[in-house]
Amino acid sequence: MLLEIKDLTVYYGVIQALKGISFSVDRGEIVALIGANGAGKTTTLHTISGLIEPKAGAILFNGNDIVKTPGHKRVGMGIAQVPEGRRVFPDMTVEENLKMGAYSREDKDYSSTMSMIFERFPRLKERRNQIAGTLSGGEQQMLSMGRALMSKPDILLLDEPSMGLSPIMVNEVFDIIRSVHEDGTTVLLVEQNARKALNIADRAYVLETGSITVSGDAEDLLNNDAIRKAYLGE
Amino acid sequence: MMSFFTSLVNGLSLGSIYAIIALGYTMVYGIAKMLNFAHGDFIMVGCYIIFVFSSSLGLPSIVAILVAVVLCTLLGITTERIAYRPLRNAASPLAVLITAIGVSYFLENMALLIFGADTKSFTSVVPWSGIALFGGELQIQGITIVTIGISLLILAALQIFVHKTREGQAMLAVSQDRGAAMLMGIDVNKTITLTFAIGSALAAIAGALLASAYPSLTPYTGAMPGIKAFVAAVLGGIGSIPGAMIGGLTLGIIEILSRTYISSQLADAIVFGILVAVLIVRPTGILGKNIQEKV
Repeated sequence: MLLEIKDLTVYYGVIQALKGISFSVDRGEIVALIGANGAGKTTTLHTISGLIEPKAGAILFNGNDIVKTPGHKRVGMGIAQVPEGRRVFPDMTVEENLKMGAYSREDKDYSSTMSMIFERFPRLKERRNQIAGTLSGGEQQMLSMGRALMSKPDILLLDEPSMGLSPIMVNEVFDIIRSVHEDGTTVLLVEQNARKALNIADRAYVLETGSITVSGDAEDLLNNDAIRKAYLGE
Repeated sequence: MMSFFTSLVNGLSLGSIYAIIALGYTMVYGIAKMLNFAHGDFIMVGCYIIFVFSSSLGLPSIVAILVAVVLCTLLGITTERIAYRPLRNAASPLAVLITAIGVSYFLENMALLIFGADTKSFTSVVPWSGIALFGGELQIQGITIVTIGISLLILAALQIFVHKTREGQAMLAVSQDRGAAMLMGIDVNKTITLTFAIGSALAAIAGALLASAYPSLTPYTGAMPGIKAFVAAVLGGIGSIPGAMIGGLTLGIIEILSRTYISSQLADAIVFGILVAVLIVRPTGILGKNIQEKV
C-alpha cells in the first residue's frame, strides 16, 4: 500500500470532524472520496498533508507512520496536494508559482519538469509571465495542478478540482487527471461531482459526517441504488 | 531658500529612519499577519545596548552597533517564540495584538528599572561632521548623509533578498497564502522567525541612527518613532517593502517641513492628520494592495 489511513480521528475544538476513518490507496490507483458538504473530505486531505493534526490514528505512507512528520516535510516525501479553491500565489507569475511547487526538491534542476508541465498545460506556457491572480478559474486550477506536479509526487491529492468550473473546463480537468495518472502518479480525488469521480476512479469511499459508510469498486458504486439516489441525483 | 533645503535634507534623514523602522513593521505584518506594537521598543533596546557598550564600556561604536544588532535579533526571535507564536492560531487576532502592547510596556518598564527615567546623552555613532555646500550656506551633517545612504542600502538589499533568494521567495509565498506555502514544503515557523530576526536587526540599526541624530535616550525613546513608522507603513501600503520606504520618507519630510514652516507643536497633529486623509482616499495606502482585514 502506498497510503494507508488507520482510525483517523480529527477534532475541531469539541466537534469531531473525522470519527476514526480507515482507508487505503494502492500505488497506481485512482481512489475517489465522495460525500456531501461537511462530510470531512477536505479535513481528510488536510490531515494527510499535515495542515491539521489528528487526535488519534495513523497515516502510513510507504509503510511509515507520518503523523508526527511536520507538514512541510511531507511534500518532499512524495505527497502533493491541489487544494480546494486552487490557492495559487496570487501576486506571483505563473512561472514563479511553478517554481514554488519545486521548493521541496533537493535537485535544483527542475527545468525539465517545467517543460513537461508546459507541454501538458499549453495555456500555462502562453501565460507564463502573467500574474496568477488574474488567471481565469480554470487556468488557476491548471496552475495549481501543475504546481503540485512540480514536486514530482508519488501521490497527488486533489480537492474538488471541478468546483466552480464550466462543464467544458471540468471535462478538461478530468482529462488531465487521467493523463497524469497514466504517467504513473497515484491519485486520491475528493469530489462533490460524484458521477465524474466514480467514472474516473478505480475504487471509491463514501464519507458521511466523519465516517466511511460505503466503499468498493467505482463501477459497483455507480450501479448501487442507494448511491445513485443520494449522490447521483437519480 | 537655503533653510528650505536644510529642512528637506533633515526631513529625508528623519524619513529614512522612519523607513527603516517601517520596513520591520511592514515585513512582520505582511508575513506573520500581525502588528508588532513592541517594534518601536526594540529600537529603544538597541539604543541602550549601544549606549552601554559604547559610552560606558568604551568599545568602538561599530562594535557596539553589531552587538545591538545581534541582541535585538535574539530579542525579536525570542519574543515571537514565547509571546506571539502560541497565539498565532488564536480565535481572535486581537489576542496577539494585545500581547504585543504588553511586550511594549514590558520592555519600557524593564529599561526604566535598569537605566532609570533620566535622560541619557547618546554619543553619535558617526563622528564625521559632514559637508558644507554653497559656500557654507547649506550644512549637511555626517549622520544625515550616513542615515540616508544606509536606508537606501537596506532597501536595495531587502528587495534583492526577497526576490532572488530561496528564503525570500518563501517569505513571499507565506505572505500570500500560508497554507499553500506549507503545501509547497515551506517551513512557515522558520520563515516567520526569519522575518522577526530581520525586522529586529533593522530596529537596532534604526536605533543607532535615531539616537545619533536625536541624542537623548529614555525608556520611551522608541515609542513615538515606532508609532510614526507604523503610520509610514500604513501610508505606503502595509505589507509593501517599497511602500514602507516611500511612506517613511514622505512622513519625515512632512514632519520637518511642518516643524519649520507651520508650527513645531502642530507637526505631529499634521502628520497624523495626513494619515487620516490618505486613508479616507486610499484605504490601502499608496502602494497597498487590497488585502483582507486581520488587525
